[in-house]
Amino acid sequence: MSDFFQLLVAGLATGAIYALIAIGFTLLWQTSQTINFAQGEFVMLPAFFVLTAMGYFQQPFWVAVLAAFAVSIVLLGVLFKKLMVDPMIRHGVLPLVIATIALALLMKEGVREFYSAEAQGFPSLAAATNVSILGVAFAVQSLVVLIVTAVAVGVLQLFLNKTRTGRRMQATAQNPTVARLLGIPVERMILYTFLINAALVALASVLVTPIYLAKFSNGEWLGMYAFIAAIVGGFNQVRGALVGGLLLGVVDNFAAAYLSAQYRLAMPLLILIVVILFRPQGLLGRLEERTV
Amino acid sequence: MKKMIVAAAFAVVFSTTAFAQGTVKFADVVEISGGGAVVGSNWKNAIDLAVSEINAKGGLLGKKIEVTHYDTQTNPGVARAQVQKALDGDPYVLFGPVYSGSAIVTQALAKQNEIAEFTGGEAANLTEQKNPYIFRTSFGQQFAMPKIANYMRDVVKAKKVAVFWCNDDFGKGGRDTFIKEAKARGIEIVADLSSENGQADFAADVVKAKGSGADAMFIYLHEEENARLLRELRKQSVAVPLIGETTLLNQKVIELAGDAANGIKGHVGLSADAPIPQIQEFRKKYEERFKSVPDHNALKGYIGVYAVKYATEKIGKFDRKALAEKMKGLKITVAEEPGILMDVTWDKNGDLDRISFLAEVINGQQKITQTLPALGGS
Repeated sequence: MSDFFQLLVAGLATGAIYALIAIGFTLLWQTSQTINFAQGEFVMLPAFFVLTAMGYFQQPFWVAVLAAFAVSIVLLGVLFKKLMVDPMIRHGVLPLVIATIALALLMKEGVREFYSAEAQGFPSLAAATNVSILGVAFAVQSLVVLIVTAVAVGVLQLFLNKTRTGRRMQATAQNPTVARLLGIPVERMILYTFLINAALVALASVLVTPIYLAKFSNGEWLGMYAFIAAIVGGFNQVRGALVGGLLLGVVDNFAAAYLSAQYRLAMPLLILIVVILFRPQGLLGRLEERTV
Repeated sequence: MKKMIVAAAFAVVFSTTAFAQGTVKFADVVEISGGGAVVGSNWKNAIDLAVSEINAKGGLLGKKIEVTHYDTQTNPGVARAQVQKALDGDPYVLFGPVYSGSAIVTQALAKQNEIAEFTGGEAANLTEQKNPYIFRTSFGQQFAMPKIANYMRDVVKAKKVAVFWCNDDFGKGGRDTFIKEAKARGIEIVADLSSENGQADFAADVVKAKGSGADAMFIYLHEEENARLLRELRKQSVAVPLIGETTLLNQKVIELAGDAANGIKGHVGLSADAPIPQIQEFRKKYEERFKSVPDHNALKGYIGVYAVKYATEKIGKFDRKALAEKMKGLKITVAEEPGILMDVTWDKNGDLDRISFLAEVINGQQKITQTLPALGGS
């Protein structure tokens, strides 16, 4: 039974990271119909910003993390929207999707060029120790990932539901035309979602890289898992992305432990197929509904 | 006029062969990108180092060595295509790949083209294909695993062992050989955990291993996966001895795993930390040129080039078949060829024999704790 709870917590920790990335997917989709296939690479890149700040600029880890957040928000938030999404979205969703695939390749190869194809070490957020809860030993690092993610999602929900800007963003997502008639600066609200997405991927990067190590190819699986999580949970619901991410993480861990390590990679795809067949709007998604 | 055209045609043809215009071509097909990039970059760098040293001293039989590197992308299919491409360039000798899964599919091409292939692969079956052109640059698993099993029984005193292995030719070969040797010594295998190349999350594997009641764990993965697994093992506070082979105690693994690497122990066939003057000299030169610590794969590549140099000088000509023939049963001593770093003997199958080491990682540094003699006593 101890194994069960340890696997559950480890799976939730991994799933929480998928959820952060998946939430970014849903936010961008709801406000700007942007499907960002470079989302995985968006998670891969901030870790290298941290390493650059630590190695090249000789900054301590926490300063490097803050610097990486700032750079991510500018590059992956503001510049991504201004230089890629705005010009491409006028031509429809498909050209933008292709453009983000190209961006993913560019980012991946760019990192490989500057940092080589070798993995790089990355500092952990917490010490590698266990804590005993009700007689079951849990890894502190997994608990830290869960707590940080819970706080981040909680703050995001509070921001969206309890602040004026958050409600304006929801209005923009529900109906941009009416929002504009009501005097809401729609463009600025959309920009905010890009900034939030950039912050979420930077956070996911800092949480996942101590486990995955910093490597140019990290985005491939992360992006796919998060995309599947968003679809499984419901592409039009933040809470759907959260549930989808957690579900994928837990199922992946249990599959590896109790079914087959060889077939664990197939499990997310299997879940995706089942959800698309029996509940195409996702577990918590709603048909034709658009809210942030 | 006709004679001139024929002469010109001959000149063009021969200018593209392995031995023309005062150069001799070496081809290196290795894992420059993909999951094996750590491995391939060390191997490639060391080959470049050895080649530049030989060229600086007048080359090989008076000809300058020209080495071309081809990237397998850590993919056996690509490796085969790249070896074919390399062979189209008509090289004198072939180096790589290091990954056993790639080496097993490329060696057939080497055999067809009657060219010696010096591989860094360690899977036991690489030298069991009746291929007279394949030569190892490190121990095969059939030589390394009995030493590990003895160490488990005699030093670690392990009775129950959990085995982590990667699901490819290298990992499967190592796993099979280790389990056979361990069982022969009365050691029970209580968890048999396979993982995929590039696997990032080892949480479930470690939970299973912890629950198995193992009093030691044997780890046989590739470098990056080793580092990720070690981090996860420390994250979950696993306290039993962690034992492995050369890849586990690799410099890159120690660097990537950080504190999580402290305390791991095992058998290493090659190590830049070995207390041997020639290896220390090699390490110094490598660090000066590439600004990184060489791992065992670098030593493999370096030794491979010097083995070719020695054998070629012995036969006195560039003859691919003669080179392969000369390698069988060849013993090279450091006194005769310092670049070989340690006295070594190749047998008729292409396997090699030399001294090896037991090592432990202490404070982020690999420390050699014991030197084991060559099986043949050389």
